Amino acid sequence: MTRIQYSVTDMANKHGRSREALLPILQDIYQAKHVISDEDMVNVARELDISAAHVYGTATFYSFLETQQSGKYIIRLCKTITCMMHGKNPVLQELERILKIKPGQTTPDGLFTLKETNCLGQCHKGPAMLVNDNPHTQLTPESVREIIDSYRREALSY
Amino acid sequence: MIKNLKRLDLIFKNEQDTEAILEKTLARSNEEIVNDLIDSGLKGRGGAGFPTGLKWRLAADDPADEKYIICNADEGEPGTFKDREILSSVPNKVLAGMAVCARIIGSKQGFIYLRNEYKFLVPGLEIVISEFHELMDRLNLEFRVAIFMGSGAYICGEESALFESMEGKRGEPRNKPPYPTNFGYKGKPTVINNVETLAHTYSIFKYGPDKFRDLGIKDSRGSKVFSVSGDTPIPGIYELEFGMTLQKFVDDFGDGDSKAVQVGGASGFCVPRKKFEKTIIGYQGKLTGVSLPTGGSMMIFNSSRSMYNVLRNYLDFFVEESCGQCTPCRVGTQQLLLGIEAVKRGEKPSGYLDKLLELAETMRLTAKCGLGQSVANSFSSIVENFREEMIY
Repeated sequence: MTRIQYSVTDMANKHGRSREALLPILQDIYQAKHVISDEDMVNVARELDISAAHVYGTATFYSFLETQQSGKYIIRLCKTITCMMHGKNPVLQELERILKIKPGQTTPDGLFTLKETNCLGQCHKGPAMLVNDNPHTQLTPESVREIIDSYRREALSY
Repeated sequence: MIKNLKRLDLIFKNEQDTEAILEKTLARSNEEIVNDLIDSGLKGRGGAGFPTGLKWRLAADDPADEKYIICNADEGEPGTFKDREILSSVPNKVLAGMAVCARIIGSKQGFIYLRNEYKFLVPGLEIVISEFHELMDRLNLEFRVAIFMGSGAYICGEESALFESMEGKRGEPRNKPPYPTNFGYKGKPTVINNVETLAHTYSIFKYGPDKFRDLGIKDSRGSKVFSVSGDTPIPGIYELEFGMTLQKFVDDFGDGDSKAVQVGGASGFCVPRKKFEKTIIGYQGKLTGVSLPTGGSMMIFNSSRSMYNVLRNYLDFFVEESCGQCTPCRVGTQQLLLGIEAVKRGEKPSGYLDKLLELAETMRLTAKCGLGQSVANSFSSIVENFREEMIY
């Protein structure tokens, strides 16, 4: 998540003001801030000339859009059966231990949000997780420690 | 290792002759191309199995002047990952299929609806698409393809929910009919094909319909890409001839102790060991024995696995992914999950499972779309075949 300055107007200029532009605009807002705020939704509704209720309805339907603030790195650990069979639970426990949060929570420093998600399409290399858009596969408790460390270092280097 | 089944290399074969194949194909008439597709017996590889050539013809016959072609890459079925592999290794074949379809139906704009979980594919795809646009210019085809990102919703793999999503709405399926070939994206005639289906059309353009038709069995022609996971020493993506028995599949892919195979993901069927021999992988048709269609998901479970845990995992998935618009699915999925948990804890008698089977059947009959209707597939096949595991 780069803290780029943006305005809903710029995004509407980029994607257009038809209803078909709604999802791309919401995706861009979420990409930039890792939250879609009430204010954003009202602004989007004004730009596209649709009801704010419609914007809210769409924004809350999809699991990759959130109206709550998420951390800089959103961890989505696959909980579908084949990842479960290949050791997802020990990986989850290790993530909970090192981040000191439960699924659905964000670390107090705002760096990591931990989520469980449905099939990521990496079943032959499970357990798998996404950190923002990047897939990490064949996870073990040891490897997730290293992965989390590497994102911590990346955050510090900014 | 693979010993019984014939492995094929049509889809993933690296072929750099897209331009020549497109020139050759586009030199023929629309009617000839569609007839070839119909002759080949190619059916939709997303799992539903609608004849591809017929779908293109239906859209071509609609007189509207604005039409769309969409490549459905919202691969969300648990246990399926073949489309990701096709889009990362042979996207040129998928785009070539879209271009020919565009000429046939008269479309100027195509989309790849890509699930958000595969966003890491976008940079690579964008390069391929810009080269594809140059090719379109050289061939004098006025056709452009854009990527539309999904936002994490299994239901958007259902074609009408996908259109709603692209139109900026909640991904809630529409009533059918009207069908997409007449009333799709923005209410215009739309051809929507699975990634693998489009890649297969390329092989048919190149090698002709006979080579494709020679593979497979009656009603299930050609090859199919399978995503193999679970208790197998060789998980991965395999292109195999259609129409094998599940026994042969398990002989090649199982770990020697396979108890059950889930064919077609969470919305598919669970087949126990005793039925491996008479179960055929292919579309429904006049076959001896039972034939099961699949979008390619094959999850193998060995005897160390609890089928209760498997079913619980699937139901948990459906509870989350039900769009919530129709009552049978929204309430039904939750009640099935609560029900098997109550039976497991001993709070309900084992006979309660029969009530739950009735509920699943009601959902099959009354749910609005394929999601709610197909919950009964996995629910009934697991509960009926592994009843004691649900109770004890």
